[in-house]
Amino acid sequence: MIDAVGNPQSILLLGGTSDIGLATVERFASDRPMRVILAGRPGPRLDAAKARLEQRRCTVQLLDFDARKPDTHADVIAKAFADGDVDVTILAFGVLGDAEQAWTDSDLAIELAEVNYVAPVACGVALARQLKAQGHGALAVLSSVAGERVRRSNFVYGSTKAGMDGFFSGLTEALRPSGVHVTIVRPGFVKSKMTEGMQAAPLSVTPEQVAEITVDAVRKHKELVWAPAPMRAVMSVLRHVPRPIFRRLPL
Amino acid sequence: MSETPSTSVSRPEERCRTEQRALTGFGRTAPTIARVTEVHDASQVLDALRSAGPRGITARGLGRSYGDPAQNAGGHVLDMTGLNRIHSISANPDGSGGSVTLDAGVSLDTLMRTALPFGLWVPVLPGTRQVTIGGAIAADVHGKNHHSSGSFGNHVLAMSLACADGTVRTLTPDGPESELFWATIGGMGLTGIVLRATIALHSTESAYFVVDTDRTENLDELLALLTDGSEDRYSYSAAWFDTTSTGAALGRAVLTRGSLAKVDELPKKLQGQPLRFSAPQLLKFPDVFPSGLANPLTLRAFSELWWRKAPKRQRGSVQNITAFYQTLDVFADWNRVYGRRGFLQYQFIVPLGAEETFRRIVEVIAHSDHASGLNVLKRFGPGNEAPLSFPAPGWTITVDFPIAPGLNELCLKLDEMVLDAGGRHYLAKESRTSAEAIRRGYPRLDEWRKTRDAADPEGVFTSDLARRLELVAP
Repeated sequence: MIDAVGNPQSILLLGGTSDIGLATVERFASDRPMRVILAGRPGPRLDAAKARLEQRRCTVQLLDFDARKPDTHADVIAKAFADGDVDVTILAFGVLGDAEQAWTDSDLAIELAEVNYVAPVACGVALARQLKAQGHGALAVLSSVAGERVRRSNFVYGSTKAGMDGFFSGLTEALRPSGVHVTIVRPGFVKSKMTEGMQAAPLSVTPEQVAEITVDAVRKHKELVWAPAPMRAVMSVLRHVPRPIFRRLPL
Repeated sequence: MSETPSTSVSRPEERCRTEQRALTGFGRTAPTIARVTEVHDASQVLDALRSAGPRGITARGLGRSYGDPAQNAGGHVLDMTGLNRIHSISANPDGSGGSVTLDAGVSLDTLMRTALPFGLWVPVLPGTRQVTIGGAIAADVHGKNHHSSGSFGNHVLAMSLACADGTVRTLTPDGPESELFWATIGGMGLTGIVLRATIALHSTESAYFVVDTDRTENLDELLALLTDGSEDRYSYSAAWFDTTSTGAALGRAVLTRGSLAKVDELPKKLQGQPLRFSAPQLLKFPDVFPSGLANPLTLRAFSELWWRKAPKRQRGSVQNITAFYQTLDVFADWNRVYGRRGFLQYQFIVPLGAEETFRRIVEVIAHSDHASGLNVLKRFGPGNEAPLSFPAPGWTITVDFPIAPGLNELCLKLDEMVLDAGGRHYLAKESRTSAEAIRRGYPRLDEWRKTRDAADPEGVFTSDLARRLELVAP
């Protein structure tokens, strides 16, 4: 249950090895031990994450979760909720892929669509059902400014983010009467394992900074936030730049 | 008791209004959604129990607990306030008190007003009368007279409890089901739903108190007054103290103590109608207040005014209960002054002998960025045998904090100090501590759990509080 000062007791991270996801869980657990469920692909990264959280006196449960298998998602989520209410759920998995290969290689395009759009939708439906039944809870999803206005330089990725962003916007309204709060976080460029080797764009942030914004937004029931906050204004301008100019911008 | 049959053809279940609603406690924090059904008789309660779903059932009275014991996220909540008939009331001819048998949804306010014309007085009244009988039992409420009369459970002669298996059991303090009786006293509604109870009442000649007031310069002076033996002269005693003053003025207080007035102690003009009670409602606060109105600055100003306005020393003032200690009942919905962010109430006890801890706690609060206006200090008398009952011999403090950044850290620090001193927290006020803090504070918790689980093995009775503090297995 979430207490009077907004502290949750339990948290589920879908995308158990996501840098942003783990930073967010660690930030929630910074002042009290929590029950954590990490759902991700088994391996050393997941184990290391578990160990780190256990050092903070959290109890950690690992669940196998493969974003590319949407028909397993409902089961994974049911398992996550089997031991009691889950107060905060975070959806932080995704794949970036090589932008040029993404629109020339069907398999990669399909993978991006499946992992970044289909899987979040499947998880969203299952999470909505569980959270609605428990009469309270928060769902935080990591979207991206790349979906806010899709651009030539990574449009396959951008389109998948646009899709999942739209789904969760609608879900925010659908879940409103159920006492469940949805928060969509739109980061700009994040210096993480996903962007390793890439040149950082302006206004880039670290996973910890995104985590700070996410935790704050969840606590305050904010529905849509950008990381860093000024990205909101930047995107607002970019969204309205006419196409002939937009296509020439070095984005 | 059957109702007068209505002439329309409405079926009984249609009178049971049910709606999906967000519920909070009096602190207006941590809302959750539940299906809320207004019940009006025992059969409706039993029907609801029969159809209890996976998220269980919680009974709700007038919602004066500050945290989350009367809400049930994703589950069913029964609004018991419609179960509100007084079945019988009688005074013993020798003036030694009396008793009343009444439904669990009757408020203490209604009971008090009903009892007065009989020369009877409710033996335990907490700081507000807007509490149901069921709620008073579930929280084992205490009042300004705890040191002389104990808590509410001490005066319950019998109660009917609707149990998880659909039976209604009559429980008494020393009968064959006394374990379940005492598990229900202070059990926060987790053993079953109280339908009806028989309460012992005290005799009184008037609805007034004769009150002595002392204003102290600091906490030490207050503690001295509370330990010099003068407490035994009064049946009612509690102090308001300042949480914003520091240094030599730390914990300066206004101690008000008294006893029920006899007719010849009343001024002439009241002697004609000694049992008359009128409590005007001055103002109902609208829901327009921004958060942050109650902040360290305004609370420091309020505290200064409140302390100064009290007489340094006053003896024999005749006051009614509202003036004496239920001052806030004059303002309906006063919790709205804290704005949308709400507030939390922090009440704990530390045992006698832990006065040093007590003093340090007042210091910590006074030096923090969080201020409280409604602060009460009382010395408790002996506790009762209910395993989850809060009062025990010692010092209790109650403070209110508006929800603000950093509050949790302060409360965590206070938790440690309270628990290290052998104290505990009051479940009726509690809204943010940990299951561990309750385990440490209530050594008989496991004993209580066994009794509870035996009466309700499937976990039909639950609440947000129960889930948060792990009082009931999920």
